[in-house]
Amino acid sequence: MTLNLFYFLSFLGILSALLVVFSKNPVHSVLYLIITFFVIAAHYVLLNAQFLAIVHVIVYAGAIMVLFLYVIMLLNLNQEAEPHKSNLIRFAATISAGLLLLVLVGTLKGTDQMLVQSAAPVEVGLVKSLGRVLFKEYMLPFEISSILLLAAMVGAVMLGKPENIKK
Amino acid sequence: MMSIFIFKVILVVAVFAISLFMAAYSTYAERKVAAFMQDRIGPDRAGPFGLLQPLADGLKLFMKEEIIPTISNKFLFVLGPCLFMITALMTGAVIPWGDTLTFGGVSYALQITDINIGILYVFGVVSIGVYGIMIGGWASNNKFSLLGAIRASAQMISYEIAMGFSIIALVMMTGTLSLKEISVFQGGGVDGHWNFWNVVYQPFSFLIFIICAFAECNRAPFDLPECETELVGGYHTEFSSMKLGLYLFAEYINMFISSAIISTLFFGGYNFPFMHDLGLDANMITILGTVALFTKIVFFIFFFMWIRWTIPRFRYDQLMNLGWKGLLPLSILNLVITGAVILYFNK
Repeated sequence: MTLNLFYFLSFLGILSALLVVFSKNPVHSVLYLIITFFVIAAHYVLLNAQFLAIVHVIVYAGAIMVLFLYVIMLLNLNQEAEPHKSNLIRFAATISAGLLLLVLVGTLKGTDQMLVQSAAPVEVGLVKSLGRVLFKEYMLPFEISSILLLAAMVGAVMLGKPENIKK
Repeated sequence: MMSIFIFKVILVVAVFAISLFMAAYSTYAERKVAAFMQDRIGPDRAGPFGLLQPLADGLKLFMKEEIIPTISNKFLFVLGPCLFMITALMTGAVIPWGDTLTFGGVSYALQITDINIGILYVFGVVSIGVYGIMIGGWASNNKFSLLGAIRASAQMISYEIAMGFSIIALVMMTGTLSLKEISVFQGGGVDGHWNFWNVVYQPFSFLIFIICAFAECNRAPFDLPECETELVGGYHTEFSSMKLGLYLFAEYINMFISSAIISTLFFGGYNFPFMHDLGLDANMITILGTVALFTKIVFFIFFFMWIRWTIPRFRYDQLMNLGWKGLLPLSILNLVITGAVILYFNK
């Protein structure tokens, strides 16, 4: 049952991810990307990580993708408005995508050793256990990543500030 | 096991039906309240006191001609209102509508599902709800609709943050994300222990939450996505017939659900004062508790309408200033104070 669900979700995820790339309309791409995020959240639920799943939905599908959609709707992109890409850019894009593929293949190569540890207990995804791990074992990385986010936020405010208002 | 399954199915259907019923009669109540506030009579033609008015309105919306603009994206145009309606109905699943009923040794909880992240589930569903507006507004291929959709998305994201922060203070106090446990936390009576409603401990959190709830439901004074003086009809300008009906209806369901959530989080949920001191049967207390919850919900729906017909609409920059510069810092301050108090008393 779980395995069938996993295959179905994976199929759906890969299909919608491919549609993100292949659909002509940028708004459709964003909508397919939202479906992909939902499928990933469903995968988290399969792995007993309910908290992670719901936070994933709130943050990615609920906030970030809304802003993506917002910007794309405002820009009103279409085929005529799309800038013509030179061959050099196409070449560079192919190379970097190939490198990414290489990294992914390299990551997946070691997965057969990881399967032994994958039998996680049911409580691992609960808020309580997650909070304990996050605030006891990984306190420092957690705080440092929050400072990183704060820096990004301050940077965004600085960039967004109108320069002509000076007192 | 089987009886619990059947009971859950009945409960799902009941919550669905009650949501629709409450939404239908909220439209009637809204017109009556507006009439009362403006010294008019309001709808009184259909049935006694105009009580059949929602049915007449529904029939009218079903029978009207359906117009889909030729250059809009048909699939997304239909998907928009459907998505908005579905997300409005989904939140009812985690709200505890009452305590447990016991028949023949089997206890039935009056809640469809008690997931341990209940309040986060509500937030997740609410944050998806904005897609219904955005997709519908964009697919209409109309400037007014697009502006309405964009306003709606910016407004909902801005107010979600302050809403989340105001809830964190409450979660810190109760130590749980489950709506059922938050309800239980507020239960009790005079006998030995006093458990006050959360609003007594967290008045600022409540104030911020209810303001944000107004903004999330797109209700006046925050109904900028559909403000008729600037945007014709906002995101639903191009919608006609039952698709418009779904948008308007879902708004009332959202109002019902957010009233239920406010009652559950801050006003004791299905608990009522002296509930264990009257010497009543457990099943009787449960039924009275559900009645108490619905009384609170009806009061908050009335409160929503009261505000709508009292306070004029904000300007869009005022709305953003209130959200980002007013409510967000206040909710963070509330969070810090709550944390400090908890630390001081639990030392």
